[in-house]
Amino acid sequence: MAASLENGPLSVDIRKQFPSFELRVQHEFPAGFTVIFGPSGAGKSTLLDCIAGLLRPDTGAIRLGSTIYFDELKRVSLPPRARRVGYVFQSLALFPHLTVEANVGFGLDKVDETERRQRIEEVLRAFRIEPLRKRKPAELSGGEKQRVALARSLVTRPGLLLLDEPLTGLDAGLRQAILEDLRAWNEAQRIPILYVTHNRDEVDAIGERLITIEKGRVGVSGTPRSVLDAPQTVALAQAAGFENLLDAHVVELRKADGVMRVLLAGGSELEVPLGVAQPGDRVKVAIRAGDILLANAEPHGLSARNILQGIVVSREERGALVALQVSAGAMYQVHVTPVAARSLQLSPGKQVWLVVKTYSCRLVTPR
Amino acid sequence: MSMEAILLSLRLAMTVSVILLVCALPLAYWLAFTGWRGKFLLESVIALPLVLPPTVLGFYALMAMGPRGVLGQAWQALFGHPLAFTFSGLVIASLFYSLPFAVQPLVASFESLDRRLLDAAAVLGASRWRSFVRVVVPLAWPGVITAVVLSFAHTLGEFGVVLMVGGNLPGITRTISIDIYDRTQALDYSGAHQTALLLLLVSFVVLSIVYGLNRKVWTPWPHR
Repeated sequence: MAASLENGPLSVDIRKQFPSFELRVQHEFPAGFTVIFGPSGAGKSTLLDCIAGLLRPDTGAIRLGSTIYFDELKRVSLPPRARRVGYVFQSLALFPHLTVEANVGFGLDKVDETERRQRIEEVLRAFRIEPLRKRKPAELSGGEKQRVALARSLVTRPGLLLLDEPLTGLDAGLRQAILEDLRAWNEAQRIPILYVTHNRDEVDAIGERLITIEKGRVGVSGTPRSVLDAPQTVALAQAAGFENLLDAHVVELRKADGVMRVLLAGGSELEVPLGVAQPGDRVKVAIRAGDILLANAEPHGLSARNILQGIVVSREERGALVALQVSAGAMYQVHVTPVAARSLQLSPGKQVWLVVKTYSCRLVTPR
Repeated sequence: MSMEAILLSLRLAMTVSVILLVCALPLAYWLAFTGWRGKFLLESVIALPLVLPPTVLGFYALMAMGPRGVLGQAWQALFGHPLAFTFSGLVIASLFYSLPFAVQPLVASFESLDRRLLDAAAVLGASRWRSFVRVVVPLAWPGVITAVVLSFAHTLGEFGVVLMVGGNLPGITRTISIDIYDRTQALDYSGAHQTALLLLLVSFVVLSIVYGLNRKVWTPWPHR
């Protein structure tokens, strides 16, 4: 692959006021993947539109390396066509009247014919869509369309790639395969790739860096694990896959042990990791449904500190898992495998014990 | 039946629909995508011929084109002959008369385009012109066909405006509908009938061909 132009990090420092919220982002995106994670309507797509030049921020600046995309003070605002940005929209926006080949070649009109051919071939091969070249978008499957959209945005050798939930609706295997092809392509280019999603599975699949956006603001940044294991808001906790969000207030701090006890609204107590809180403070405790163990009889000699007695209230089959609601002081969502549900005979009315490790309980702590 | 009148009407309708298409494409594009608050004023002006009696339009057209009208004087200065009661005068008046029939289907089809496709074109480096030619027009093709056909058919059958600004000069301004009117006035019913029937058939055939070829041409009016 030919050497790319000089690529710098993307630095964004903008504000834009909307009737319902204000987008306010200050962040530097280095080369490689950065996942932008947050609930729907948090301003993720709006941020991408500002970076691409489709929306104009009220104030601030956007730069890619030494190229100024937008600078309110210097009165610079490059039009989208001059920004060398690859952008895969959520709707993909393939041109319905053009073949795969023509879609992919759309951005190469200023390149001479031989090179144009060559670059189209190269990208069709990289994304394994050569056999589809003569088809129209209506004749493609979901995964094929997503590959074509990626190829179309990368063939122009952008200095920056914006992906707005480009792989939603794909099964994990297909998604992984496309991500591998994208990673392989970016080995040579090393450009910043901003990957917007509200899907927890995609975050795990991509890894590297993550920032969260909520109500137009950047929440936290770090590795996916560090950020998602300590959600800072309710919406984020829900998006990060914490099915249980329980209201509680702090009863007792045990600083020496690094834990504290909280009393749930339903009356039962839990031991949770020590947080920045005082006795009497209201907190929210987040627990993943898959992190709760169930037992047929009262278990003894476990390291887990929270053992609660309860009754199964409802049971719902969801393919590879069984979702249970268990009443134990509060209402808990618990996910178990179908095999476990069968062998423990878990059905409504069944008495069970819930086992929750202290460190499976996270405090949702707004900064 | 007057071949001369029929040929003249066809020539007028073709000239008008070609010129209208060229003018209406950018006008409709602008109307569909502008954020200008006053655009309803322009929309109203364009739609006026839909509600005004053709004689009103024809009257003002005649005033403008006459020897003391702005248009008439400019024409006289440029070409050295008057504009009223000429084929060119007829074309100009017909342009205004049929303008909404070209603009409205185009605006409707432009407005129904997925804006993200235009965003995609812009991000891929396309200029406005390139995205217009390669994305907007091909996807709005049914609207383009509708616009051409409606302005053609509408001009072919016009009467009031022609009568006002064209008069009744054989081979120059005497169109089919004037011919039919004249023959009816002269009690030449069989002559009038022949011409009327021909106009009816031509209109029907043109519309059937277009609607038959292009399943998506189904409405002359925007849904808003």
